[in-house]
Amino acid sequence: MDKIIIEHLSLQYSDGTESLRDVSLGIREKAVTVLFGPAGGGKSTLLRCLNRLNDLTEVKTSAGRILIDGENILDPKTDVIALRRKVGMVFARPVVLPLSIRGNLTYGLELAGEKRKSKLDEAVERSLKLAALWDEVKERLDDPAIALSGGQQQRLCLARSLALQPEIILLDEPTSGLDPISTGKVEAALQELKKEYTIVLVPHSVQQAGRTADYAAFFLQGELVEYGEGKAMFTSPKEKRTEDYVTGRFG
Amino acid sequence: MEKTLNWREYIITRLIKASGYSAIIFVLLIFFFLLREGVPALAEVPLSALFSVRWYPIEGDNFGILPLLTGSLIVTLGAAIIAIPFGIGTAVYISEIAPRWMREILKPLVELLGGLPSVVLGFLGILVLAPFLRRFLDLPTGLTAFTGSLLLGGIAVPTVVSVAEDALDAVPRAYREGAWALGATRWQTIWRVTLPAARSGVLTAVMLGIGRAIGETMTVMMVTGNAPVLALSLSSLFSPVRTMTATIAAEMGEVSNGSTHYHVLFFIGMVLFLISLGVNIAASSVVFRAKKRAERILS
Amino acid sequence: MKRLFTLNRHLTERLGFSLITLMAVLTVVPIIGTVIYILAQGGHAISWEFLSGFPHDGMRAGGILPAIIGTFYLTIGTAIFSVPLGIAAAIYLSEYAADNRWTRLIRISIINLAGIPSVVYGLFGLGLFVLFLRFGTSILAASLTLSIMTLPVIISTSEEALRAVPQSFRTVSISLGATRWQTIRRIVLKEALPGILTGVILGLERAAGETAPILFTGAAFFLPRLPHSPLDATMALPYHLFVISTQVPNMPIQIQYGTALVLLVFVLTMNVIATVIRSRARARRQW
Ligand SMILES: Nc1ncnc2c1ncn2[C@@H]1O[C@H](COP(=O)(O)OP(=O)(O)OP(=O)(O)O)[C@@H](O)[C@H]1O
Ligand SMILES: [Mg+2]
Repeated sequence: MDKIIIEHLSLQYSDGTESLRDVSLGIREKAVTVLFGPAGGGKSTLLRCLNRLNDLTEVKTSAGRILIDGENILDPKTDVIALRRKVGMVFARPVVLPLSIRGNLTYGLELAGEKRKSKLDEAVERSLKLAALWDEVKERLDDPAIALSGGQQQRLCLARSLALQPEIILLDEPTSGLDPISTGKVEAALQELKKEYTIVLVPHSVQQAGRTADYAAFFLQGELVEYGEGKAMFTSPKEKRTEDYVTGRFG
Repeated sequence: MEKTLNWREYIITRLIKASGYSAIIFVLLIFFFLLREGVPALAEVPLSALFSVRWYPIEGDNFGILPLLTGSLIVTLGAAIIAIPFGIGTAVYISEIAPRWMREILKPLVELLGGLPSVVLGFLGILVLAPFLRRFLDLPTGLTAFTGSLLLGGIAVPTVVSVAEDALDAVPRAYREGAWALGATRWQTIWRVTLPAARSGVLTAVMLGIGRAIGETMTVMMVTGNAPVLALSLSSLFSPVRTMTATIAAEMGEVSNGSTHYHVLFFIGMVLFLISLGVNIAASSVVFRAKKRAERILS
Repeated sequence: MKRLFTLNRHLTERLGFSLITLMAVLTVVPIIGTVIYILAQGGHAISWEFLSGFPHDGMRAGGILPAIIGTFYLTIGTAIFSVPLGIAAAIYLSEYAADNRWTRLIRISIINLAGIPSVVYGLFGLGLFVLFLRFGTSILAASLTLSIMTLPVIISTSEEALRAVPQSFRTVSISLGATRWQTIRRIVLKEALPGILTGVILGLERAAGETAPILFTGAAFFLPRLPHSPLDATMALPYHLFVISTQVPNMPIQIQYGTALVLLVFVLTMNVIATVIRSRARARRQW
């Protein structure tokens, strides 16, 4: 089943950059869909459309529809706050808020109006376990989050999105700043998470794309070149341009 | 829940926006009230009398503001001659020469000078500086335009230093390193690379410093002797003068509301307002232009 | 020849550096000198009676309590108006305003407000608050006048502090379902607080030391009691110093220096607090 259906999406930033050109794509529920391609291809732009984070940047024109559970989220009447709670996001650089570890995790829930301590504590524990961070931080939940290592911070960011119990998780090169061990932990967590959540991942390398993808979409200069099952895409791509990229002939 | 949140957010956003626009409203309000109370002066006093050389408002209705204008000009000129070299010199020292720890001490100290109340400086001017200058320069009185200039220079220096220092600090390190790599000494680099690169900011600093000096009131009222004589030559620097600001401060308390004298004092206020408007718009347009250029380089 | 040239270059550099250093010294030494001189001269005048008593014998004897309290009231009054308004305006500029004509107009207005001579603020306060709004010569009118004068300092320092907060915090907060205002209140303001506080104190420090704006809006020449309400006029330290150093003949020099010292300490304390807040926040900052 497709959780997200993108129809003829085009987007142009106010400086004239045409970042997405007529992209149509279905994203499967409870699977990892990987968006990959060379720099400037529009992957981050597409992710930011999915939770309307592009509202914060200066967009000149956008056209097309994005249906999540059948509703067009680009409709001006959409409740964006609710949308962002439903669609969590993890960024390339781990950005922990200047709060305690616990504060980071309960931030979104408190804003959503959750005041009960038991609920908050439950969410903290559950999300940290899902992000494979619980054992490392359970003793020091009230320490400043900034004191964590880079890899721990990134998993905290993942846990922070999970605390809101979203249905979709967007990850934009979440491991680009991490060492191989931390990267492995994040990837392992994703394999667990995909049983419950719809995951859209922009990997930071073709290798990572190959390791994690159930489905994959190849983007080149704002265009969706090819979409298909992950394994097939990396072993026998249909398009010449995809093949050149995955075999490292251009980048 | 969501509904009340939206309402609150809406109201708060509106309030914040209104606060943002308040600055425009205040400038307009100030200008409006100066006009309202100052323009009648033009109807009550003929222009030729207003721009004449005698200011004796109490006996004889002599409302010639020229001596006050020249008084302000000469004191400000003197202050500028002091504040510009010392301000820029100190800024160069802080940003280019001083070791780090020195910088950490100097910056707050200069800021402190900016915060010293002007009446305290005026007070010391009367008690210490004026008697010293009288003896040292052998003058009939120590309360002269020059005394005012010295103190005003001190008051303008912090403005010049902080703005100029920001401008110097903003010059990319690579410029300096490039010059050093070509064999320039640090001194040459300062003169031929850093200062020219920061020139628009330094110019802004100078203008804002001068603006500060023209507008200063208490110090000049206390130490310049307050004689409304036309100051046209250099020798006037060493005799008493009276500035526009001091005139307003000294006389406004004594006039009856709505009298001609009252209106003329507001008229002088209007002139001061327009001068500061001119200086500041000029200063800020320099900054804006410089910023535009920086943006062009970056893109 | 070449050696002479280098020698010459280095000599110029040495001379130039010495000259600039001398200028910096000549700028800074008088500041320290002023402060120390007043502390030394005024120290003798300070006594409990001087700080807590009322002036008498034509202000030539007694204490300066009404002036101290008056300056305190004026500072608080100024803060009440200028702090919320100034911070809100800074929030608008840093968080909401688009880069357009109106915003540029706001910025130019702020620059101009900062440059208007203090005595012109006095005239404005007289025209608007004292006469037009009929507040009379009062703490209220003087505080409002001082507030508008202080506003540009508070706005520009607060805006700088707000802008220094990393953009990524805002993006993350929004992505977690926060509204703009929630983001500002919970994250941005909290992080910018030390910077804002520094700016607020520096702005109020100016206000506390100003004389010209209160001359015709709220300052009383002599008032041997404490003000009863915001609609009372009040004595104030800077105006009192002006009065006793220029308007009262045969004023004991001790009292003059003592008054200058109290004013200076009032202002210096605020300055030091601001400096300490700023440097501590810088040291503790995590981003
Ligand atoms: N806020 C913005 N304003 C203007 N142009 C932008 C903005 N963000 C991205 N772009 C442009 O849009 C295009 C697509 O950018 P995007 O960040 O989506 O690419 P990407 O595929 O994520 O690249 P990368 O692999 O480098 O992250 C690029 O040309 C980029 O310069
Ligand atoms: Mg990207």
